[in-house]
Amino acid sequence: MAVSTATPTAAPAFQLEGVGTRRRVVNGVMTVLVVLAFVLAMTPLISVTWSVIAEGFKQLSPYFLTHSMRGVVGGAETGGIYHAMLGTVLITLAATVISVPIGLFAAVYLVEYGKGPLARWVTFFVDVMTGIPSIVAGLFAYALFAVLLGPSAKFGLIGAVALSVLMTPVVVRSSEEMLRLVPNELREAALALGVPKWLTVVKVVLRTAVAGLTTGVMIAIARVIGETAPLLLTVGFTDSINRNLFEGRMMTLPVFIYSSWHKGYVPCNAGDLACNTNINFERAWAAALTLIVIVMLLNLVARLIARFFAPKTGTH
Amino acid sequence: MTTTTARPPDGVEALRKKRSSGIGSGLFAGLSTGSGALILVVLAAVAAFLLIQAWPALTADPADLNAGVAWFPADTSLLQFVGPLVFGTLLAAALALAMATPVAIGIALFISHYAPRRFASGLGYLIDLLAAIPSVVYGLWGVQVLVGENGIGQPVQQILNDVLGFIPLFAGTPARPARSLFIASMVLAVMILPIITAVSREVFLQTPRLHEEASLALGATRWEMIRMAVLPFGRSGVVSAAMLGLGRALGETMAVLMILSPGMTYSWHVLEAGKQQTIAANIAAQFPEANPLGVNTLIATGLALFVITLAVNMLARWIVSRRAEFSGAN
Repeated sequence: MAVSTATPTAAPAFQLEGVGTRRRVVNGVMTVLVVLAFVLAMTPLISVTWSVIAEGFKQLSPYFLTHSMRGVVGGAETGGIYHAMLGTVLITLAATVISVPIGLFAAVYLVEYGKGPLARWVTFFVDVMTGIPSIVAGLFAYALFAVLLGPSAKFGLIGAVALSVLMTPVVVRSSEEMLRLVPNELREAALALGVPKWLTVVKVVLRTAVAGLTTGVMIAIARVIGETAPLLLTVGFTDSINRNLFEGRMMTLPVFIYSSWHKGYVPCNAGDLACNTNINFERAWAAALTLIVIVMLLNLVARLIARFFAPKTGTH
Repeated sequence: MTTTTARPPDGVEALRKKRSSGIGSGLFAGLSTGSGALILVVLAAVAAFLLIQAWPALTADPADLNAGVAWFPADTSLLQFVGPLVFGTLLAAALALAMATPVAIGIALFISHYAPRRFASGLGYLIDLLAAIPSVVYGLWGVQVLVGENGIGQPVQQILNDVLGFIPLFAGTPARPARSLFIASMVLAVMILPIITAVSREVFLQTPRLHEEASLALGATRWEMIRMAVLPFGRSGVVSAAMLGLGRALGETMAVLMILSPGMTYSWHVLEAGKQQTIAANIAAQFPEANPLGVNTLIATGLALFVITLAVNMLARWIVSRRAEFSGAN
């Protein structure tokens, strides 16, 4: 890298002397194209951020965050996303409770115990599983509970199962990376002191890697918290607050965005000042802003944890 | 403890401790191995439960499907029903891939070989942010910025139609508003950009330094160095990165659901509305109001999607893992 960046400044005259015009032009054109590719990719990022902020703040308010949509009809500028935020938190928590132990133990298996064909198969299929479409995970959770409880069951836990299918491989992959970073000397030292292997793993390996593991889990949460399709199929939507994961439909933020957008314009009588034709779209954008802020916060906190609580290896 | 006679009990206790910890060790090892195996079981269960729930539709008579499911076309078998959906899914994903891959390779090269080293990881993080945006937000954004009255989708489609209209892909009447497969694929391309970039970037960074320095020393320009040293080395990595992106694009639901005006034909005219539909978007659109047989039919199409993405992902991962062994050797 040092070479490639240093070349133009270090010896431009020397290098370009023998370079034909055509080659120089091609080089210049490709440099421009490569930079353009990056600029091109930044455009949607900036545009999405701008749209979400500009449109989202039209309805976002403390009232919007602390009220549900129960009994809100027409173009009234009332109602909010409290029920959706609650649903998102509960379902994501349940998915985390399901997938973190499985993912963590599977990572421990791969790093500490895994040998032979089973470990190879697990590694390969964890990677393959990260590519399962979210809607297929939703269909699977629906089918599983349809077989167990009969069709038309819709409640929070089914959504949590769907999300954990998507989340577990991400947890395994990131935890595995973190466990591999733990220096072997620590394991050897503990084992040499006569500590049994499982205690070595629990007290030494996992404890050393705990910051990295937390980061991985938070990034996995950020990954699934915005999933819409599986929740649309398994949990459905409602306008009221539902705190029970085991009964009844639940609203979640992504599904709220979709269903709100899907309702479309509200027909208003001329002169009705309390009626806002765009209210459903404005609610969708405000919910999108909330969701993006949550996702970005999760990512940010995860990175801060990784930076400040990282294991100090080899520095002392 | 200090006398020699104290040693045997000490050793005995150590032995006893070892035995009792053997249970803990066994339990822990069992839990770990079980969790690893559980992942394989879950993957098998996904296939099994989809198959169980799809079975009534798979075995039903086409006439029964037509009678029992409101949106099931007449005189069509399940296979003929899934056909256009598979076609639409593949077409949308292929278009997205064609748009995203060159840009992603450019970004990966920019980050690995053009940008100052100090900024490289920060720039990579910016690209990763694209992956953090939920797909439903991309849908909202696409409808507003690309599809709508003042969106940039309509002029872009019109220009493509005017200039490249002789190619069947861009023929026909561009949709107004721009609810076409082309615009949906554009959004899909943005969504799969981060994963293709991330994998390609890793591969480009692994290019042996000596190859790069050798070609520069022979008088190659920076682009010639990239073309002769970096790209050949990274080719298989880029291929698998593109396939991972393809896997993502195949299963993306919300953006397509919100942007595309659906239709069930084998039409190549990607600028027109109401011609194609993807499996995932069709499931999300029909599922909430489907009757039991309709649900079975949708799960049968979901099974098709699962098989396609599984095959694509397995192929991609197989290429990656083969490569990992290869690069481990040098």
